Amino acid sequence: MTTVSRRRLITGGLVTAAGAAGLAAAAKIAQRYGLIPPDGSGLYGPGETLTYAAQRLLTRHSRAREFTASQISKPPFANEVAPLSEAFQRLQKGGFVDWRLTVDGMVARPASFSLAELKSFPWSQQITHLACEEGWSYIAEWRGVPLSHILDLVGTLPHAQYVVYRSIEHGWWDSLDMADALHPQTLVAHGMNGGELPVPFGGPLRMRVPRQLGYKNVKYLTRLTVTDSLKQFGKGLGSSSPEAGYAWYAGI
Amino acid sequence: MALLVTGVEILISHPRFYWGETGNVMTPPLFQLPIPSSRATVPTGYGYVLPDQNGWSRYLHFQSAWVAVLTGLLYVVLGLVTGHFRKNLLPGRGDVSWKGLAKVIAQHLRLKPASGDETQSYNVLQRLTYLLVVFVPFPLVIWTGLAMSPAIASVFPAAVAVLGGQQSARTIHFFVSVFLVLFLLVHVVMVFMGGFRDRVRAMITGRSAPEME
Repeated sequence: MTTVSRRRLITGGLVTAAGAAGLAAAAKIAQRYGLIPPDGSGLYGPGETLTYAAQRLLTRHSRAREFTASQISKPPFANEVAPLSEAFQRLQKGGFVDWRLTVDGMVARPASFSLAELKSFPWSQQITHLACEEGWSYIAEWRGVPLSHILDLVGTLPHAQYVVYRSIEHGWWDSLDMADALHPQTLVAHGMNGGELPVPFGGPLRMRVPRQLGYKNVKYLTRLTVTDSLKQFGKGLGSSSPEAGYAWYAGI
Repeated sequence: MALLVTGVEILISHPRFYWGETGNVMTPPLFQLPIPSSRATVPTGYGYVLPDQNGWSRYLHFQSAWVAVLTGLLYVVLGLVTGHFRKNLLPGRGDVSWKGLAKVIAQHLRLKPASGDETQSYNVLQRLTYLLVVFVPFPLVIWTGLAMSPAIASVFPAAVAVLGGQQSARTIHFFVSVFLVLFLLVHVVMVFMGGFRDRVRAMITGRSAPEME
């Protein structure tokens, strides 16, 4: 048998204590700098927190890869969505002229924009990769209003931490931290591959977050809510994805 | 084990592989595994769709990956600091010869268990295999895993481009994982053939006890 010497016992104990103290300190710092995701508790919390914190520190200002026009996927693949609601179909019949995007929460000037107004705002365009968590992907050209522009218009209050965004389809919502919400490539998209954004791809209005996976790109946007806490939204996990078993942060 | 099971679950949601940046059911795959899928959008030829296990599988896959990467880093750092790689894994100068290798391979083919001094250290074939596995497929499987992440790709675009694209990274990730699983299987079989109790005791306590046999 191996005998454990006193010295080894003491060093072992000290290392364990230092490790525990280090972890506690790391958790405090992570909390302070907003590095703990809303679904960062529970069985998979440690892994999720490590991923989010590590990627957030690395990617604060990085830009998603952009591609050339010749790399655009022909044809792109639109993932299936559940049959669309009556509310959607009514607006679709009217050519979406009555489609509105409401912006509320921690903003100085809550507002509601029509599709035509949104299209008149300065837009930006990108040819980026959309990867689904399932494993497939495509490249498309997206056109839309940078989310940061809309947030500027309504005047985000200084202690805002997240932007919650909702689809007209019931129970379909998600949220972004301010690093992604203010990122220049995060768009409220209304155009794709040179035309209108087709309905199967989320038209008339879709969130486009190229540094995260497909499911963060919620389709049929109708409302943005700026907040400092995600507790009061749904089950408090930051989006409908964790409620269905998927991670809130989808940078991986 | 967790990585394997969850990896398979994630794979089931799209059992098609591509080369390049993009790939989906509208594009021809490099190859497709003849298994059913957990997504109705994937044409598999099977008349049914498996239940979706992708959410928790992804959570557990990444959490296990953190454990594996952190343990692996510790192992590599300790291996370098203590000289484990140099002393126990780097083959001796004279050992790497076709003759020496042929001898060890012949011994293996005759399924002759190691005896005497041979049990006390790794032979040249083991040394080369372990070095190769520690420094090629393990880093590669981590790299290709990270290359699939859109956020990581935004910071290190070259890490994806070098592999040929995001879908290429996924395909390589699959093959390297299969290789690692095969390596583990062969490794375990050989541990059994080399005397399971004694080998495992040696792994855990660092001592083998031939005199007690």
